[in-house]
Amino acid sequence: MTVDYPVITGLGAITPLGLHYQDLWSALCEGRSGIEPITAFDASGFTCQIAGQAPEFKIRDYVPKAMRKTTKLMSRDIELSVVAADEAFKDAGLTTKAFDEQNVSINPQRTAIILGAGLISCDLIELAPAVAKSITDGKFDIKKWGADGITQLTPLWLLKYLPNMLACHVGIIHDIQGPSNTITCAEAAGQIAIGEAAQIIARGDADMALAGGGEAKVNPIVHLRQCLNKRATAESNDNPEKACRPFDADAAGSVFGEAAACTIMETVENAKKRNAKIYAQIAGLGQSCSINSKYECLEPDGKGIQYAIEAAMDEAGIKPEQLDLIIPHGTGIACDDIAEATAIRNALGDAADKIPVLPTKSIVSNTGSAAGAVDVIAACCAIRDGIIPAAKNCENINENCKLNIVRQQIKKNINYVLCCSYTYGGQTAAVILKKYE
Amino acid sequence: MNKQNKNRVVITGIGIVCPLGNSVAEMWDNILNCRNGIDTNTIFDASTFPTQFCAEVKNFDLTKYTKNPELHKNSNRHSGFAVGATAEACRQAKIDFENPTPKDSIDRKRMGIYLGAGEGSVDNENFFNAIVAGWNDANSQMDWNKWAQVAFGKMTAYRELEQEPNMPAAHIAMCTGARGPVRSCLTACAASTQAVGEAFKILQSGRADCIIAGGAHSMIHPLGVTGFNRLTALSTRNDSPQTASRPFTTSRDGFVIGEGAAILILETLESAKKRGVEILAELIGYGSSNDAFRVTDMHEEARGAVQAISSAIRDAGLTYKDIDYVSTHGTSTNENDAIETLAIKTVFKEEAKNTPVSSVKSMLGHLIGAAGAAELITCVLAIRDNILPPTINYNDPDPNLDLDYVPNKPRKAKVDIALDESFGFGGQNNVVIVKRYKN
Repeated sequence: MTVDYPVITGLGAITPLGLHYQDLWSALCEGRSGIEPITAFDASGFTCQIAGQAPEFKIRDYVPKAMRKTTKLMSRDIELSVVAADEAFKDAGLTTKAFDEQNVSINPQRTAIILGAGLISCDLIELAPAVAKSITDGKFDIKKWGADGITQLTPLWLLKYLPNMLACHVGIIHDIQGPSNTITCAEAAGQIAIGEAAQIIARGDADMALAGGGEAKVNPIVHLRQCLNKRATAESNDNPEKACRPFDADAAGSVFGEAAACTIMETVENAKKRNAKIYAQIAGLGQSCSINSKYECLEPDGKGIQYAIEAAMDEAGIKPEQLDLIIPHGTGIACDDIAEATAIRNALGDAADKIPVLPTKSIVSNTGSAAGAVDVIAACCAIRDGIIPAAKNCENINENCKLNIVRQQIKKNINYVLCCSYTYGGQTAAVILKKYE
Repeated sequence: MNKQNKNRVVITGIGIVCPLGNSVAEMWDNILNCRNGIDTNTIFDASTFPTQFCAEVKNFDLTKYTKNPELHKNSNRHSGFAVGATAEACRQAKIDFENPTPKDSIDRKRMGIYLGAGEGSVDNENFFNAIVAGWNDANSQMDWNKWAQVAFGKMTAYRELEQEPNMPAAHIAMCTGARGPVRSCLTACAASTQAVGEAFKILQSGRADCIIAGGAHSMIHPLGVTGFNRLTALSTRNDSPQTASRPFTTSRDGFVIGEGAAILILETLESAKKRGVEILAELIGYGSSNDAFRVTDMHEEARGAVQAISSAIRDAGLTYKDIDYVSTHGTSTNENDAIETLAIKTVFKEEAKNTPVSSVKSMLGHLIGAAGAAELITCVLAIRDNILPPTINYNDPDPNLDLDYVPNKPRKAKVDIALDESFGFGGQNNVVIVKRYKN
């Protein structure tokens, strides 16, 4: 099957490394970690006390004056996405309604928006005064909550926490009226969203799309979940920079963080017509599912990821030797890293001995629904600059992870990059990007 | 992609767990007899809430559907519903449900899942009591250490993990072994229509042979009802729950929150023919759009709704004159019913008043993320039986809303093509079209 996949012409990311995607790329190239002790709340009572936190920003700077009231309805997840979308449109050289209403250069009805989003947790401090009105004998009393508690909440409270509000706010700010979806596949969501957007353009339902993902995981209840299911490492609270060790023999768990990452995709025809700079073209997409009755971790042989990679390779029509770089999901959770490494080997065979593998989470942290899109942006930058950065915290590779983890920065022409992602619950995705020529 | 070479996509199985019954047959019998599934909330004590009633799934017993209930024991309500509805749909489509070596001749790498599924409820008692423990109301400060003591002490890993919206799809994958494209989306009340629509497109493009598509959701939990009550989106007709959902009437005062799961087995025509299974209907059109207007309101001129309906009709290669029946979003809120009527009038022009449109939410309540797929199942049945499901409680027509809402009782009519509309908070619009299958 040959598919007319779109090209990527704009990038935007807010990550623990900075407000811009270029900050992310520089940090990856320099091996500079964005993981630090949590300051968003007092985490001293948590098993894991470190995370990747995004830098400070003023959301008002990213929202046109006439719409500033809507910032009150933005949870952190939404804010991060608004920031990343702003950069992506600007980087693509596009003028949306947000920038100049008189000179809009996108066709709103032919532009899609597909974002990955997480389970947005409500702000407990916002809920607390209402809960305080609902106590009998020191315990929460639902009768009091119904009568007195709920009236304490702002009427539009719920709208801050619906996952689709990332795409809705961004869509309103930039006037995106075409197909709109919110992919809720946790850590695989970003790449599934990018894949779906590419398919929507390929089938002719849009000429352009904003696609990516956003999630704010540095929040007490979200962080608690990762601690409870022991995915977050409790071993390195005093050494955050060394905490996340994908594929390393000393891997002890993941470190979570917050980010949003967006790409602009468009048809080749559209990009050429407006002389856009082209980072890469989507060459192949694959998707599958990991099936394991212990569904908080991957099946040990990583079959789901293997199938996704095989499907993407098949669509791209390339041989494993043609891959110049693999950006895996690589969380630093040992059993999952082994399963992923097994999957990559089973999908690509002996070629996997040689293909450089660059896990990014040791630097960026695991940013949930944004993570896969962060990696696609890193892949675009690698293709653009012809640079494969050295991996961080993978000095002593786990003997069961037979991959060629990048030890030293490589400079070379990069034609094909494979990104893959998976999540607890099973969904997997693979995206192959190629240099556009 | 070669647009002339698209696969035809058919529906070969349907399954439902909903307030009107835990099987398609039971649900359809209740609809044709104009019964409704709305009553006092028994899921939690809502006796002091502005809205004290809802549309609950009743008598659901997961062990009737699965050989491995242990696998799903930690799951939220809606994941269980999803497993139940999938079991029924698979039985009809002759798909091996829990067989590790399936004999249905569908390659599991070519079988996908696409759900519009919601989040699960928080662990209510522990969730609220952790806040009670940590919060100091006098200085308005949260002591996260105290909070964490309760949270780490009482909350459990699986109970938290199961709240993630991708979990219903995970449970279906465990049962069916599906290894093709597996996705989950959540575009508010339009989610499962979107899931079916996108699954249809995946099958058209040849990326899979079969996709288990639909939705699962329950927001009948304290924070869910709180949120909708604060938005004043719910009916507060506590003295008459059975008549509370009254779409398109003058006295409509909000929707009735419901729950459930609705699953359709979508298959390429080639796969269905090869397997020799009965074809229930053909899926022929899908349209999606974004209002890009306000997060709180629908566009005044129904801009997004019109675009989604028009693009679905165009996608199907039809004109508005070809549509025999519209299953509306019809929530019984002031805004939706007015804007939706305007959208239908805008698209259907002179045919608007001659095209029957109805809202089964008058009986089912609003299944939120699962609503669209449940309503699509009623469209499939309307085509099968040539009968239009009614809008019940239609006793004081809103004079400004003057379409044929199929009032109060079902009607015999030739139904070959039905259009299913779903609109979600934030301006999400999704529409799919189904057609009687002809060779």
